[in-house]
Order: sequence, then C-alpha cells, then structure tokens
Amino acid sequence: MTLPAPDAMSDTISKIELIDATDKILKQISEELHIGLNAEEMRAVQKYFTKKGRNPTDVELQTLGQTWSEHCFHKTFKGDVITEKGKIQSLFKTYIESVTKELKKPWCISVFEDNAGIIQLNNDYAIAAKVETHNHPSAIEPFGGAATGVGGAIRDILGVWADPIACTNVLGFGPLDTSYAELPSGIKHPKYLLRGVVAGIGCYGNNMGIPTVNGAIIFDKSYVGNVVVYCGCIGLLPIKKFAKDAKAKDIILLVGGRTGRDGIHGVTFASAELTEKSEEVSRPAVQIANPIEEEKLKRAIIEVRDKELASGITDLGGGGLSSAAGEMAHRFVCGVNLHLENVPLKTSSLAPWEIYISESQERMLLLIPKENLRKALVIFRKEDVEATPIGELTDDKILTVFHKDSIVAKLDMDFLFSPPKTERSAKWAPLILMDPFLTEPREFNSIILEMLALPNISSRENVVCTYDYEVKGNTVLKPLFGRIGGPSDAAVIKPLDESWKGITISCGINPSYGKIDPYWMAASAIDEAIRNNTATGGRRIALLDNFVWGNPEKPSNLGSLVKACQACNVVARGFETPFISGKDSLYNESPLGSVTPTLLVTAVGIIPDIRKTVSLDLKTPGNPIYLLGKTFRELGGSEYYRKKGFVGSSVPKVRVKKAKNTVDTLIKAQDKGLVRACHDLSEGGLGVAAAEMAISGNYGITLNLKDILRTKDVDRNDFALFSESNSRFLVEVPEILNSEFESTMKNVPCAHVGEVIEESCLVVYGFNGNKIIDVRNQELVKAWKSFLGKE
Amino acid sequence: MNRNEIKVCIIRTAGTNCDAETKRACQNSGMNAEIVHINELAKNNTLLDYDLLVIPGGFSHGDYVRAGAIWAKQILAKLGRDIEKFANEERPILGICNGFQVLIEAGLLPKFNGIAPFPEAALGTNFPIGYNCRWTYLRHENKGTCVFISKIPPSRVVQIPVAHSEGRFIFKKENENEYLEKLKGNDQLVFRYCHENGKYAAGGFPENPNGSLHDIAGICDPTGTIFGLMPHPERAYFGWQLPTWTSCERMPLFGDGKIIFDSIAEYILGKI
Repeated sequence: MTLPAPDAMSDTISKIELIDATDKILKQISEELHIGLNAEEMRAVQKYFTKKGRNPTDVELQTLGQTWSEHCFHKTFKGDVITEKGKIQSLFKTYIESVTKELKKPWCISVFEDNAGIIQLNNDYAIAAKVETHNHPSAIEPFGGAATGVGGAIRDILGVWADPIACTNVLGFGPLDTSYAELPSGIKHPKYLLRGVVAGIGCYGNNMGIPTVNGAIIFDKSYVGNVVVYCGCIGLLPIKKFAKDAKAKDIILLVGGRTGRDGIHGVTFASAELTEKSEEVSRPAVQIANPIEEEKLKRAIIEVRDKELASGITDLGGGGLSSAAGEMAHRFVCGVNLHLENVPLKTSSLAPWEIYISESQERMLLLIPKENLRKALVIFRKEDVEATPIGELTDDKILTVFHKDSIVAKLDMDFLFSPPKTERSAKWAPLILMDPFLTEPREFNSIILEMLALPNISSRENVVCTYDYEVKGNTVLKPLFGRIGGPSDAAVIKPLDESWKGITISCGINPSYGKIDPYWMAASAIDEAIRNNTATGGRRIALLDNFVWGNPEKPSNLGSLVKACQACNVVARGFETPFISGKDSLYNESPLGSVTPTLLVTAVGIIPDIRKTVSLDLKTPGNPIYLLGKTFRELGGSEYYRKKGFVGSSVPKVRVKKAKNTVDTLIKAQDKGLVRACHDLSEGGLGVAAAEMAISGNYGITLNLKDILRTKDVDRNDFALFSESNSRFLVEVPEILNSEFESTMKNVPCAHVGEVIEESCLVVYGFNGNKIIDVRNQELVKAWKSFLGKE
Repeated sequence: MNRNEIKVCIIRTAGTNCDAETKRACQNSGMNAEIVHINELAKNNTLLDYDLLVIPGGFSHGDYVRAGAIWAKQILAKLGRDIEKFANEERPILGICNGFQVLIEAGLLPKFNGIAPFPEAALGTNFPIGYNCRWTYLRHENKGTCVFISKIPPSRVVQIPVAHSEGRFIFKKENENEYLEKLKGNDQLVFRYCHENGKYAAGGFPENPNGSLHDIAGICDPTGTIFGLMPHPERAYFGWQLPTWTSCERMPLFGDGKIIFDSIAEYILGKI
C-alpha cells in the first residue's frame, strides 16, 4: 500500500517538509516537535524519507522520536564509548550482560529480554523482578510522578504474566534543611518532594494491595535539583503459563484505562535535562495515576494468563502505543497494522500523533489469537475493564498506522529499530581528595547519639508505616522488626501457601562513595545488597542494576559511568551473582549540575525454609556477639566524615574473593542453626549496627574494640567504630554453640567481640579497655527516631 | 455437619485486595470459602446459599467519597433484600477494615434498632492523620454476645495489625455519650486498643493508632452476628506472620487471628 495523496489524508495530521531541509532546519524541526533527535539522527531520518521519495508525517517523526530516545533505546549503553584505553562497544554487552552469560546460571529463565527479569523459584513457579526510575516526573509533580512510577513497575511485572506480590522503593532527596534561598527557580523544596513522593508511592501500592516491603531513603545535596525515585516490583508466575508465541494475524488488544493527553512526551522529557521551564513545558509529561483501574486490570490479565488465551503481552509505558506496538511486533519479527480511531479516548480532541504517543497509565497490549478473542473480551467485561481490538500483527515487517480511512504512518520495522549508533567519548579524571585530620573525640556517648540521628541513618518508621507492608499476609520479615522495630536488612516473603520456600529482597546504594570513586561506589552497592540479603538467610542471589547518572554527553559523566560498569562486571562475577534486569536513567541534570553518580543494586535471593529466617534483633542475654569481616581504615564518604563536613578519600573497597567466602560461610552457619541474630555493617559502621541490634531486641550489647580484626592503621576508637568497610556482619550466636560457630568460621575473619546483656543499653570498651560508650536504649531510640519524627 | 460443609462467601468488587488471604484463613479453619465478585452474586442471586458472608479489606472503588461508602450503596442496591434476609436469619457477617467501613456505611452496624437508613456512626480520618500500618494490641471486651470471639477468654489481649487511613470510630457529638452507653448496654463492644499489658490505650498513639472514640477497634450488632473490626485477623493467622516470631525459641504455629475464624466456624456448626 502506498501513501495516499495529501488531499486524501486526514486533516488532523500534517506532513513535515524534511527532504530538502538544511541541518539548521532539521534541528528546528526536532525542537519544535519535542522529539529530541540530534543532528545525526535527523539526517538518518531525512535519508530514509528521501529514499522513500516523500516527506514524513508528524506521527512518523513522533514515533521515531519516541523509539530512538535514550529512555526507550538506551543509546548510551548500547552505543560506542571512546576512552583513553580505546573503544568500548556497548557498555551493556561488555560489562553487564557478559557477567550473566559467563555465569550461565540454569535458574535464569529470561534475562534482559522482556519487561522484567525472570528466575526460577521452584519447579513450577518463577520470580519476576523489575526496578524503574521516575525522577523527572517526580521532580515536577511528586505525588503523580512517584505513584505512576510504582504503577509502571507493576505493569512491567504483569508484562511477563507475573502476579505482583511485593513492591520496593529507594528515594533520594536534597537535605530537608535546605534553605529556600538556595533553591533555583522551578526547583521544589525537598520537604515538599518527600511528602509528595512518599504519599504517591503509598497510594499506589496500598490501593492495589501489593505490600511495600523494602527500600531506602538517602539525603544528598546533589539531589536538590533532581530528586531520585526508584520503584521496584517483584512478581510470581507459573512457569508453564509464560506465553510468548505470537504470529501474524494475532489480534492486538488494548486493555485498561482510556487514552488522554496526560503523559505526552514523557520519554523525551526523561531523556532531557531539567530546567527552570520544565514545570510549564513538561507538566503534561506527568501522567495521572488510577491504581484501582490497574487492580482490575491485574485480575483480568491473570485470568487470561491462567486460561492461556493470549500469545503475547507488553505494557504501555514510555512512548505509549508508539513504542509498545513497535517493540511487540519487533519481538515477534512481524509487522503491525494499527487503527488509532479504535483507541478509547478520554477526550475526542486528541490528534492522531497524541493518541499514538500518549503515556496515559493503566494500559497494556495483549496479543490474542483470533479464535480466543471472544473468551478474552468476556473476562475483561467481567472485571469492568475496557478491552478494544486496535489492530493485528502482519507478516510484512512494516509498521502501518491508520486513522479513520487514511494512513498516518508507514515505517519499515528494520529502519525503526536501527537508529544510528551513538559514539561518545569518556574521560575519567580521578579527583584530588584526602582524608581530613580530625582529633580523636574524648567522649563517645553524645557522638553515637548524633550518629543515630543523622538523616541517612535515622529511623524510617514514619515513612514505612504509611506503606502497607502486610497486605497479602505473606510478609515474613517486615521492614521494621523486633519488639521495638529495628531496620531489617532485607524483606522475606512467603509466596506459596504449599511451600516453606521464601524470597529475600534487599538493596544496596551509597552515593557518598560516588563522590570519591564511582568504581568503589558501584562495588560497595553490590556488596551491600548481597550482605543485606545474606544476613537474613538469602542465597542464590540475582541482581538488578539501576544507574542514575548525569548527562552522558559530558565525557566526565560517561567516564564515571564506565568505571561503575567495570566494577559491576568484576564484583558481580566474583560473587557469582548474575544481573537479570536493569535500567539506566541518564540526563539527571538541573541548574545545580549533575547528580552524584548513583547505582542502586537490588538483590533477589531465595531462602529454602522461611522458618530459618534470621532477624537483626538481639534474642538472648548471655549469647556471644561475633564480628565477621576485617575492619580497614575506610572512612572516605562515611557518615562519620559527612557529619563533620568532610568527604575524605579512603573509600571502602571490596575484596571480592574474601567477601564471597564470608557470605557463603555465614549461610552455612545459619543453616546449622548457629545464628540467632545477624545485622550487616553499613552507614555508621560497627557503632551504629550494634546500636540498631540493641534497639530492635530491646536488650543490651557490649563491644570490646580491642578484639576486632583490623588493619594496623585502625588505631583509634572512632575509626574502629565508624569505618564503613564492606563485607562485615555482627552475629549473635547461641552460647552453647559458640565453639561450633567458631570452627565453622575458621577460614573467615571472625572475632568474638562482645555479649548480649539483660540491661538494655549499648556498652563499648575502647582499645585501652576503658568504657567509652554507655547509653541506655531509650536514649538510643529517642535519637534514632528524632529526625524524620520531626517531619 | 462438618466445618468443610460451611459455605463462606468472600465478596469482592473493584479495589478489594485482601480477599485471597481472607479465603486462606477461612479454609485453614476448615471452612469452604470462595471469592465471588458482587456482579456475579447479584446476577445469579446466590447470596443466600452461604452460611457466612465476609466483606474483606481493600480500597473498594478507590474509597472515594468516604471509605466504604460507594461499595455499601452498591451492595444495598444490588443485594439489598438478600442482605436483609441474611442478617435477619442471623447468618453471620464479618467486615474487616474496608469491610467494617462498608458495614457502618450500609447501616448494618451498630444497627441499634434494625438496619439503619443512614450511618449511625462513622470511621473518620485517622488522628494522627494519614495511612498507618502497624501491629496493635486489642483487648477482648465482649461479655458473650459476639459469636465471632466465643473461643477467646474474656479480657484476653490479642495482637493483630491494622492498616488504614480512615479507622477513627466516632458518633455524632450530640449523641456520643448516649450511643456509647448503648454499645456497652447491648454488649456490642468487642475489641478495644490497649497496651501489651492490657491497659487501655486511652486515645494514646500509637497504641490507639487512629484516635478512635473509647479506643474502639471492633464492634458487633445487638445480635452479635454482625461483626466489624479495623484490624486484620487474616494477617495474624500463622506464627510466621507475627512481628517478633524470630525471637521465640521455636516458631509459634498460629497467631491470635486464627481464634476469630475458629470461633465463627464453631458458631455456625452449633447453629445448624
């Protein structure tokens, strides 16, 4: 079919004079249509249409703008990177995917292919996992931005036929005491953002009845201009029901909410920098959330799955129909015919290109073999969910979009999915930093209380309790656990009624280290995610990587990204933990500059029997306390330095061979029943970890610093207490089993450093044997709960 | 008759989301439970085939207007006569969280003199304001009227979690005292929020998580066969669901929530 003559075309679409346009005009067109294509890409488009001998329609250009955007196509991770050491062909393939390929874990069912990573749970069931970012929308409209972030992650799980069973979120804000004077115009205050984002996340998860079980909140100056919102979801699916076998002639069924003008140009907005104008220019890019619609949608989709009526599925996220329809056809090596006039609209005034790229929420695409269509429609009607056939797959590998009687877009799939490869240069210049000279404090009682009250350490109770972490009744280890409710290292979910097998979900993130060295920041994030998971009994761990970075067109940003990717490669391989899914959010820029390079690592493990789950709260007075792992003088980027206003240079490193041995042996000890309580050492080091264990169990704990395994240069009490060296755990061991524990740990750095005591207080003896800390639990709790308590 | 012959209807509508775990609880107490969409129930008018009706938790229709208000009207409109018959025959009705809100909005609680044409009480916005998910201690206050807790010893303290933003039980100010006296007089008080040691919360947060009048967490109707509560017993059914189970030497098999489902099963067996 050839394109009809202009007069036959619907008046709601316009053709753009592209063929004879100069580079200057091309640039103009890209800007006026907000399609965010660069000069080279525009020239490629021009070349294509010149060959076709016609000008493109607005729908076609918009489609290319969406499909080729950083958000949809991940140019930076797929493109070439030029470094001093030569060319890297695709960061993703070279550093991330290669780990998974080399490890060849048989339990990885589908990785980096579909909307979410899929791993085996048992013979019949699989776990699906996905984490997304929703930073820019949340910066403009925190409630809607965060809520739709959760909704999107959930739809990604539905997009692999999985039933969402748990949500996670990790949030980054500027300091809450930022003065309004410091805020550039157009930037909202961190307090306002915090309230909005937390409310949005709670609204979606709670309303849909999916427990929000794990997460973190980080405060960092570099997030003032560009809030960070990670939303994750974990799902469960019967392996046999994973349908992915669509063919030409299968019906494309659009299900869920109606299509409106909300969420226009979301992806191009996500792939651009935030500016003073973002508020007015990009407000329409933020979608409106309706969790109840998605709740109904979920029920219908699960029934369609169980009755095996569909041959394919994908969610409508970034790019809306334009990217979903294209990607779906591409996945099955087909073409596609779409009829936009059949799309149910919120308002009739939408132009075809708006219908095609709108990112209105709670919508999904299903592929249904003709013979099953009626049965499928009945299911959606039963749940009061709209379901509309809007087209079909074809065998011609051409994307053809109709509106009423005219063709509004006709593109070759091969062209649509082969944008010009980007080539960017990376340059990493190590920063000149040094550790500060601090005099050793005389008295530590006030210091430990100050540490517990720090923004990045204090209790999250006032946020966590606004999330329903109990719904579905399968939450074994809750975000707050023990008699007082201390911070659990990971969440443990029991997804199957007929089995004791559990899923352990944890995360690792520490942007402060990124200020010193993105390599060790990434390495530490992986180590933290894994040790959090191991502390509760999780093993056979799979990782998700989510990068939040500044503009990759700046060589220094790309340079630090390369370093982080290299760390992911080395450390994940060392731990034998494959990456199963990931996402990058680049262009996190504001008038205040780039965000600190931030990698969130989410770890999903399994525990064979949830009755063996280990929590952090102290259990029995008289039990010995052991410290696993060696303490180095690594306070660079630590909370202790930050409290004193320094960054430092001695960033925590990961000795991955030793680290792996430690976590593997700890699991052995747990399985032998030698571990009553366990907590990992992270922000605030040994001092804070011990305090948190005491708080949660409401017993006391004693520590002898002279007994901890450490390097010579850890020669001061404050270094020993607050160094943030990786791969360390505090472990409570049943008194009668301590010798068996010690023999199990013979090849692991392990020292008996203290006891659980009846009297509920934290007691620490310094190197010279003097008591340097003696604080009652009530005071610890008061300090720990003081910070967000005030909000 | 055995427990497995007890037919339980767990009704749902758009936004219901605690139906699965509520069904699991009923079945683990031996009853034969199924989840039925209100449209199906209305279409085939099968409500009266059941021995127990459970209105589970969730955000029915987004809880727009007032929590439970829309679903309450939907139930009355679609099942009105059957519900009335169900209640008059003293077949038990259990409303959990959103279900409690529905029972209040539908006039089925406190039901001082028959099903009320308008709500006689309200479950207002929490004080302190906002959604709140936490474990609470409840004190058994009933003197024998409520058939849902017959197996719980009087004034015993149970631990069950709440999760809601509209759970503050209140009466109109002008008849607050009169109605509260009625509740006491009719033995309609079932659970009150308290401390671990059984001392009443006396409105103090977080023991009383929502600022409820008289620390009220759950009430029944004068016959004791309609019971609504904000806490979620289905989330405290198994030992591994409890917030401190790891500190027990051996994991407890069950939580306090189980007794409620067992009690109701016993009542139905005795009744038939």
